[in-house]
Amino acid sequence: MTPQIAPDDILSVQNISKRFDVSEPFLNRVLERRPRRILTAVNDISFDVPRGKTFAVVGESGCGKSTVARLLMGLHTPSAGAIRFEGTDITHMPPGNPPELRRRMQMIFQDPYASLNPRWRVRDIIGEPLKNFGICKTRAEVTREVEKLLSQVGLIPADAKKFPHEFSGGQRQRLSIARALTTRPELLICDEPTSALDVSVQSQILNLMKDLQDEFNMSYIFISHDLAVVWYMADVLAVMYLGKIVEVGPKEQIFENPQHPYTRLLMETVPKLTVGGTERAPVAGEVPNPISPPPGCSFHPRCPLANDTCRSVAPALNLRAGGQKSACHAADEGRLPAWLRLAAE
Amino acid sequence: MSLLELDNIVVEFPTRRGPLEAVKGLSLDLDEGEILGLVGESGAGKSITGAAITGLIEPPGLIRSGEVRLRGARIDNLPPEKMRRIRGKEIGAIFQDPLTSLNPVYTVGEQLIDTMRVHLGFDHKAARQRAIDWLAEVGIPAPEARLDQYPHQFSGGMRQRVVIALALCAEPKLIIADEPTTALDVSVQAQILALLKRLCRENGTAVVLVTHDMGVIAETADRVAVMYAGRLVEIGDVKQVIEEPLHPYTRGLMASIPQIGNRDRRLTQIEGAMPGLRNPAPGCAFAPRCPRAMEHCHSLRPAPQDAGTGQVACHLYGETA
Repeated sequence: MTPQIAPDDILSVQNISKRFDVSEPFLNRVLERRPRRILTAVNDISFDVPRGKTFAVVGESGCGKSTVARLLMGLHTPSAGAIRFEGTDITHMPPGNPPELRRRMQMIFQDPYASLNPRWRVRDIIGEPLKNFGICKTRAEVTREVEKLLSQVGLIPADAKKFPHEFSGGQRQRLSIARALTTRPELLICDEPTSALDVSVQSQILNLMKDLQDEFNMSYIFISHDLAVVWYMADVLAVMYLGKIVEVGPKEQIFENPQHPYTRLLMETVPKLTVGGTERAPVAGEVPNPISPPPGCSFHPRCPLANDTCRSVAPALNLRAGGQKSACHAADEGRLPAWLRLAAE
Repeated sequence: MSLLELDNIVVEFPTRRGPLEAVKGLSLDLDEGEILGLVGESGAGKSITGAAITGLIEPPGLIRSGEVRLRGARIDNLPPEKMRRIRGKEIGAIFQDPLTSLNPVYTVGEQLIDTMRVHLGFDHKAARQRAIDWLAEVGIPAPEARLDQYPHQFSGGMRQRVVIALALCAEPKLIIADEPTTALDVSVQAQILALLKRLCRENGTAVVLVTHDMGVIAETADRVAVMYAGRLVEIGDVKQVIEEPLHPYTRGLMASIPQIGNRDRRLTQIEGAMPGLRNPAPGCAFAPRCPRAMEHCHSLRPAPQDAGTGQVACHLYGETA
C-alpha cells in the first residue's frame, strides 16, 4: 500500500470484518445458560491490491488470512465492509454472478489432494470452466485449449486423460494452476499454494507462478505463513495477527525495517541456514484465543514493549517513515528500538 | 560401541504388482547423546526408516533384510511383546501430530503416570510428583492444575510439550522424532526445538530427527543424513552438509530453499521429480536430474564412500571420479 491512492488498483478492500457465530446449539444455551460466542476472524481490515503485482498476506495459523481469501472470492459474505474489484462493488454479489466478473478472479488452494475431484479426468477438471464460461464452443476447441494449458504449466498433453491420483503433489498443484488459468483471470488468489510441497518442488511451483504472472500480467494475492517464500513472491506485504493487519507496506521496507514487534518476532523466528551461530530466540507465549481477544492491542500479552496504553487502547494503523503502515503504540510514541538485523545481501 | 546401528536394512511393502522397496539398503550408526538429522523429500523413505527403528512398520510392510541393533543387540527380530518393552523404555517416539499421539480419553497426568509406573516401576505417588516435575520442565505453566486436564484442553504447542515430556519421562537413551514441529507455527517451533535440544543434552539422550525442513536441521542436529529414493546419498557433520554439501542432490536441495535477503529473481530449482519406487533404474537414482551426471552414472550405482566428514554416494567422489 503506497501512500498515494493509486488508480491502478485491481482490488480494493474497505473495512471488512467477518464474524462467525460459534455458540453452542440453542437448547444448550437456554438450558445450560451458555453465552453466545462470536469469533471475529477478520476484524476491520482495509487494503488495496496493485495491478500486476503480488500482494502477500502473512501470519500464523488462526490469524484470519485464509478467511480473507475466502471473503474476496465470495465464498464467505463479509459481516461488514466493502470489496471493490476495479471499482465495482462485489461485496454482496452471489458467487458466480455475474459470470463475467467472477471469471476474472480465480483461486488456488493449499491442498492439491483435496482440491481436485478424484473421479474426474484432467481434461474434465480443466475443461469444465472452459465450457461453463463459454470460452470454448466445441469439444475439439476444449481439447486443444486443455492441451495448451497443460503445456503452459509444464505438463504434457498426454496427461489430459489421467486421473489426479496419478500425479505427485507438485504436479497436482500445476493442475490447480492450469484450472485457474482457464478463464484468463486478472487476479489470482493463492492460499498457501506451496506449503504442502517439498522445498525442491516448491521452488519449481514458485518459479512457474512468477513466469505466468509476467506472461499474463496477473495480480496475485499470495497467502502464506512462510516469510522466506513471501520474500520471493511479494511486492506489497501485509502482516496479520488475530484478524487484524498489524503492518502493511512495500516488501523491502517491511523486511529491512519492520515497525511492529510482531513482524520482528516473525522475522526472528525464521529458521536460518547457518549452523551453530545464531540460534532463534524462542518467543514466549502463543496466539490468544480469537473468541476472547485481549483488550487494547491484541499482541500486548506477548509484546516486550507493552505498557498501560497498549493494554487498554487498540492502536491505529499509522504511516511510518519508511513508507509502510503499522498499528503499534510503541512506534507511535517512538519507543520502538532500532532494528538491527538487516536483510543479508 | 554405537548406541544404534542400522546395517543395510531393506524395508519392503508387498503390493499386488510385486514388492515395493521403500528403503533399499540403509546403514547408519548413532552415538550416545548425538542428534542425527534425517532429511529427504516425501517418499524418500525417511519416516519408514524411523518406523523401522521403533518396530512400528505397519504390516504387511516388513524389514526384508538387514539388522537394527541397539547397543549391539538386535531388536528388529524381537517378538512384539518384547519390542513393546523396549519401545518407551529404551526408545521414545515423538510424532508430527500431537493430538493423535495423545490418548484423548485420559488426562495428561494419567498418561505420564502410567508410563513411568510401567517403565520405571514408580508407585503412584512418586510417579505423580515426577509427572508434575516433567510438565514444569517442558515449560507448561501451572503444572499441578494442568496434570488433571485432557489433551484437548491444551493448545498445539503445549500438546507437543506434553508429548516431549511423555517421550522423555521413561528416560530412554534414544528418541525418534518424526517431524516434531511441522504442525506448529514458526514462533512455537523455535520454542519446541530449543526445549528438545536442551533436554536431550541434559539427559544424554540421542535423537533421530526426521524432517524435511533444513532450517530445523541446521539449528538442532550434530550430523545429517540425506535420503533420496530410499537410499542414503550423503551423511556428514551438519556444518558440512548445510554449508558445503558434496552430493549434487544435496546441493540442489540447499539452493532451492528460499532465503530472505537473496535478490535473485528466480529460485534455483532441480528439474524433474524424484523417481517412483517401482522399476528402479540400474544407476544412480538422481542421475536423470543431475546437472553433473556422467555416462556411467546411469548404469552403475555409486556406493557410499568416505568423503569430507562422512560419506557420500556419488561417482564424482572417490576412485571412479
